[in-house]
Amino acid sequence: MTRILIRQGRLIDPESGLDEVGDLAVADGRIVQLGGTIDDFTPEQTIEADGQWVMPGLIDLSARLREPGQTRKADIASETRAAAAAGITTLVMPPDTTPVMDSPAVVEQVTHRAEQTAGARVVPLGALTLGLAGEQLSAMAGLAAAGCPAVSDGGRPVQDSQVLRNALDYACTFSLPALLTPVDPFLATGCLNEGPTATRLGLPGVPAAAETAGLGRQLAVAGATRARVHVGRLSSAEGARLLTGEQGHQRRLSADVAIHQLFLTDQDAMEYDTRFHLDPPLRDIVDRQALRQAVADRVIRIICSDHQPHDGDAKDGPFASTEPGASGIDTLLPLVLRLVEDEVLSLHRALATVTVEPARLLGLEGGRMAVGGAADLTVVDPVAPWFCTRETLKSRGHNSPFLGWEFSARATHTLVGGRLTHTDDRA
Amino acid sequence: MSVQIDAQGDLRHFLTTEGLDPRLLGRILDTAESFAGVLGKSVKTVPLLRGRTVVNLFFESSTRTRTTFELAAKRLSADVLNIAVDTTTTKGESLLDMLRNLQAMQADMFVVRHHQSGAAEYFARHVDPGVAVLNAGDGWHAHPTQAMLDAFTIRRHKGAFEPLRIAIVGDIRHSRVARSQIHAFNALGAGEVRVIAPDTLLPADVDTLGAQVYSDLNAGLRDADVVIALRLQRERMQGALLPGESEYFRHYGLTESRLRGAHPDAIVMHPGPINRGVEIDSALADGPRSVILDQVTNGIAVRMAVMTMVLGVRPDTPREAS
Repeated sequence: MTRILIRQGRLIDPESGLDEVGDLAVADGRIVQLGGTIDDFTPEQTIEADGQWVMPGLIDLSARLREPGQTRKADIASETRAAAAAGITTLVMPPDTTPVMDSPAVVEQVTHRAEQTAGARVVPLGALTLGLAGEQLSAMAGLAAAGCPAVSDGGRPVQDSQVLRNALDYACTFSLPALLTPVDPFLATGCLNEGPTATRLGLPGVPAAAETAGLGRQLAVAGATRARVHVGRLSSAEGARLLTGEQGHQRRLSADVAIHQLFLTDQDAMEYDTRFHLDPPLRDIVDRQALRQAVADRVIRIICSDHQPHDGDAKDGPFASTEPGASGIDTLLPLVLRLVEDEVLSLHRALATVTVEPARLLGLEGGRMAVGGAADLTVVDPVAPWFCTRETLKSRGHNSPFLGWEFSARATHTLVGGRLTHTDDRA
Repeated sequence: MSVQIDAQGDLRHFLTTEGLDPRLLGRILDTAESFAGVLGKSVKTVPLLRGRTVVNLFFESSTRTRTTFELAAKRLSADVLNIAVDTTTTKGESLLDMLRNLQAMQADMFVVRHHQSGAAEYFARHVDPGVAVLNAGDGWHAHPTQAMLDAFTIRRHKGAFEPLRIAIVGDIRHSRVARSQIHAFNALGAGEVRVIAPDTLLPADVDTLGAQVYSDLNAGLRDADVVIALRLQRERMQGALLPGESEYFRHYGLTESRLRGAHPDAIVMHPGPINRGVEIDSALADGPRSVILDQVTNGIAVRMAVMTMVLGVRPDTPREAS
């Protein structure tokens, strides 16, 4: 393993509150010295980080890598490479692959592929039910042993409340957090937020009630268990309000939001731009503001990219006939930092939402910067302006809703387990 | 949607009535008026689009709309190709591939009807420069030539739009006709546009389109000058949006007695095809107030007008065959 010295960067660790200029030494995949001037370390490689930020690599709580099953859209190799270039060191992968990650064999296949490519760590989530069909429990103990730190409904909520309750109880037995998708599919048959924009465009709407009806049922069922429940991809002000009230009773209840929900609204879909066809849909400016406030109030503690890369054909055609989802890996870090520029979050809090908070939820080692810890790090140039274009996107999915945006920050180096996975010395 | 307007402010495609300059809408009506004169004479054909090819591309079945587009094109001396696409048998070929193949046949204009909202705009964004797209109905979004032939019919019977109260009754939610009518009538200066429907058949925030919302038929029809019934599709009953046709007719069906509260000279319209005894009573549909058959006739002139405008051909300067 390479011995790397990162010199004179601004060391930022949201967990400990560390924020000072100094050196950081990496050996055998771990951080061996942190802070001050390090002169008793013989590096094989030195990174001059003067004027740059040195921080834990990002953990993206929801990234579809499309492998196995849809490798025409993307694969583990392409998306972990894209992650490295974007300062992300861990991608958490929902279980709705083909085949579904409901057996140790599939999980091991994914883990094996990830180890071969290794642009970033890949953390597979086990399926909550067999085939994500919502009928039978998956072999959760086996999934945990194969490396799944949690189980998830993979975007397909369990319809039968009794099955959901049993699944949560069973997950709790093995201390597995359960990641749920708050949606009532009967109300969610549309393709855009229900409201003036959908009405103008003549598109079937998805009311916020699709979220609250699903969320309310899941919270009620969760309250009858001791399970550690996390709800993913909140989209509405009403959903955030419902969650706030429930967190008074269920203290371990947590939630996340996709970063695009904090910047975009349904009006962006005017002119039928299919890049804004998302699930859950983009909502209105009141919802966007409420979600930003919920993140600031720590009702929502985690931000993810909800990365869903698509091939061109999947996004080509009349709006409703295209596949929902946005490619998000490339823009997660700069957008999170823009929340700091927009004075929604402090820098430490913003970074916590994509590092230590998801690490705590899943019990992962990364997401922190401490002596003895894994050297999952990223070095960021905070003043390296760039335009997001199809050419700059490293993900194979070019379906980014942020094409044409200008960002200020860029990852110049990324280390996973002490190994450099990305170097960009243009600065 | 600026894709339908060129840099000079002229109509390049006709996709929606939303956001269009009222003067442009007025020009469509005036041009249609000149063609309506042509239709009244014994010679019904003008050579304005001789040598041009119009492709009727219908992904949804239609008799009236396709036929009147075809007649309009033929009276302009264009060559017409009718293609009915059965989407159950053409799976696999993307819209874009289909469009490219048809363009290779050197079409000058596509008249597109599709079950997906935004399909016509999709075509307009992908055709070669110089090729025009007319929206003959896309999903629930727009049916602009229908709205303009309705406006034309209203103008012929009622004159100026300013004093008019226009009531649209029925399934607003799934209606591209209603959306295009609301935009067109408002742009043309209508005094008031009303929509009347049970809540299950109203789209969310329908008032933001520029319509007064009524769920009571009698209240909505009060003093109305124009009453437009929309077709009720049978599948609304399966979707749990309505209990049944008889209850619908009892509360929202148009009858002569229901129209007593409307203006004594109120006209009754319907974009067709009619479900008699469901949204409108036969006596009313066939009675003196009904202008339903005028609508069909006027559809030809309005479509002729739009076809010449999008190809930049003026009625007073007949174009030589190319």
